[in-house]
Amino acid sequence: MNPANYIILSAILFSLGAIGVLVRRNAIIVFMSVELMLNAANLAFVAFARMNGNLDGQVAAFFVMVVAAAEVVVGLAIIVTIFRSRRSASIDEPNLLKY
Amino acid sequence: MPAAGVFSLIWLLIALPLFGAAVLLLGGRRTNSWGPYLGVLTVVGSAVLAVLMLVAMMGHPAEERSVGQTLFTWVFADGFQADMAFQLDQLSMVFVLLITIVGSLIHIYSIGYMSHDADKRKFFGYLNLFVAAMLLLVLANNYLLLYVGWEGVGLASYLLIGFWQIKPTAAAAAKKAFIINRVGDVGLSLAIMVMFVTFGSVSFSDVFSQAGEASEGTLTAIGLLLLLAACGKSAQFPLQAWLLDAMEGPTPVSALIHAATMVTAGVYLIVRSNAVFDRAVWAAGAVVLIGLITIFMGAIIGSAKDDIKKSLAGSTMSQIGYMIFAAGLGPIGYVFAIFHLLTHGVFKAGLFLGAGSVMHGMKDNVNMRRYGALRGLMIVTFVTFMAGYLAIMGIPPFAGFWSKDEIIHAAFERSWVIGAAAILGAGITGFYMTRMIAMTFFGKARWEDDVHPHESPAVMTIPLVILAIGSTFLGMALLFWGNIETWLEPVVGFSSNPTPLSSTTLMAITLVVVLIGAFIGWRQYGSKPVPVDAPSGNWLTRAARRDLYGDLVNEVVVVRPSFTLARWLTWFDSSWIDGFVNGSAAFVGGASGRLRRTQSGFARSYALSMLGGAVLIVAALVLVRLS
Repeated sequence: MNPANYIILSAILFSLGAIGVLVRRNAIIVFMSVELMLNAANLAFVAFARMNGNLDGQVAAFFVMVVAAAEVVVGLAIIVTIFRSRRSASIDEPNLLKY
Repeated sequence: MPAAGVFSLIWLLIALPLFGAAVLLLGGRRTNSWGPYLGVLTVVGSAVLAVLMLVAMMGHPAEERSVGQTLFTWVFADGFQADMAFQLDQLSMVFVLLITIVGSLIHIYSIGYMSHDADKRKFFGYLNLFVAAMLLLVLANNYLLLYVGWEGVGLASYLLIGFWQIKPTAAAAAKKAFIINRVGDVGLSLAIMVMFVTFGSVSFSDVFSQAGEASEGTLTAIGLLLLLAACGKSAQFPLQAWLLDAMEGPTPVSALIHAATMVTAGVYLIVRSNAVFDRAVWAAGAVVLIGLITIFMGAIIGSAKDDIKKSLAGSTMSQIGYMIFAAGLGPIGYVFAIFHLLTHGVFKAGLFLGAGSVMHGMKDNVNMRRYGALRGLMIVTFVTFMAGYLAIMGIPPFAGFWSKDEIIHAAFERSWVIGAAAILGAGITGFYMTRMIAMTFFGKARWEDDVHPHESPAVMTIPLVILAIGSTFLGMALLFWGNIETWLEPVVGFSSNPTPLSSTTLMAITLVVVLIGAFIGWRQYGSKPVPVDAPSGNWLTRAARRDLYGDLVNEVVVVRPSFTLARWLTWFDSSWIDGFVNGSAAFVGGASGRLRRTQSGFARSYALSMLGGAVLIVAALVLVRLS
């Protein structure tokens, strides 16, 4: 199978994630979209590693996964805390930090 | 010759009055009771020391009479050195004697004159400061140290003119004198700079010994700059306007500073720099011209003023004009410039102190039209004033006769035209002095109602008597006993040319012209009653009452253009400079005010801008890769 297809899939997934981040208000959905973008990047790493015949991309993918796991912990904790205080998970409502 | 014996105390001449000034001015009210007497003592001490030095100097042969004393190196920079060093030669000696002796008499007189003044301690402090600065001026052995004394006397003059600064006119007069003097001082500082560039030194000995090597253009420039300095300090045309207003100061100040000593500093400067002027013909010619113009300006102003002090001030301008004029004549005139300076210093101090004595008895009224018939009530003042009167007119054998006659003689040695002008000036002197005498001491009493004229106390009349004796005999003493020509000749040089007329004829012509002037003065003011209100007079009188429009000229030429320039600069500053500065600040402020609106607080709009930025960067990378 042509490895370029994986790159195209990766791009589609990334775009879906990006659109999700931009158009959805619910923080959980936005969070999921961010995960989708990260994993799209992972897919691109792995595909490039395969195309170039070395392991660098795969190593990078592992790093991304580890960082994403840590990020999920911190991010979900923030979202839960905000939900507790405002009874809402909308990311448009907490807009006090501005000009 | 290095200083030895009494000459090792040259520094003390200056230090004594300086010490007095320091004690009086720093000591505050504690010194109120005894301070004035300390002030008198320090100056008298300097005078005694000066006389001792004169005696010691006369014991030496002529070529060994110049002594120097170096205290320490004052300014030292690469290639430039100025020492705190003094030079006492025959020229400095006569100045030191004039300053300390006339200064002592005026200090003593001031005890009486200022007895009712609450601030007399400060007055004596300033007077001491003046004496110290003036002595520094004439004792310095380099131009830079002379400049210190030059500024010092300017400062003392400013402080003393404005001594009664509670009067707005006095405060304004002090500022006027200070500012006009600054113009002259710029000339002196530029002259010193040119000297340093040309000769690499500012000491008298170096400058004068190398003067022959400089180009005539350079020497002319130095000479003209020195003349500018002399014009400022000595109230010569065109910087003459301050002297008449300076009469706002107490009368002893007018006598000491604005008649006898400080205003003659310009003459000292020119005579001291004779090596420069001897080689710069044009500069010396300018000196003669300035002197001649001022002789007539001063005399005409003196003829029209009803204020006795201002009339005397005009006369001072005129007499200093004679000195400057004589100094410009070169080696035939230097000696007589100094000779006239000495006799004038004595008789004009006497005249001013006499005027002060009259004012003291007339409740400080200075208007001569309210005087009259004072000769019976102020006998000592009248007699001493007459001595000064005869001396300034040049009636033999009074002091002014010998010195003025010599100047006129020297003028004829140069050219009969300027000689005739000098004689005419002497005639006007006769007119205005007779007018003053007639209005003050003769005629009918025109006093104001509550005035009771009386003679001044002895502490004031004794200095008057001493100065009157000086006015009578000093001329003969200096000429016949002191041999002023041979005394000064080693310092300033002396030569003599034949004149078209014999000296006896000249003397007779001068005397006749002076007597004609005096006769006209007597006919107008002595034999006719003097109106209490001044008649409007002809155009010349009206012009002279306004100082020959000196203030008007300054106003039009300097003051108004300065104001216009200042106004324009203020406008430029506030509209353009401030506009640029404030405008850029407003632009940055406004732009950031708009820009911060993007900080909206919506996380998704931040995400969009991040995405947009990332897309842009990727697009740029791709474009670069493809092209």
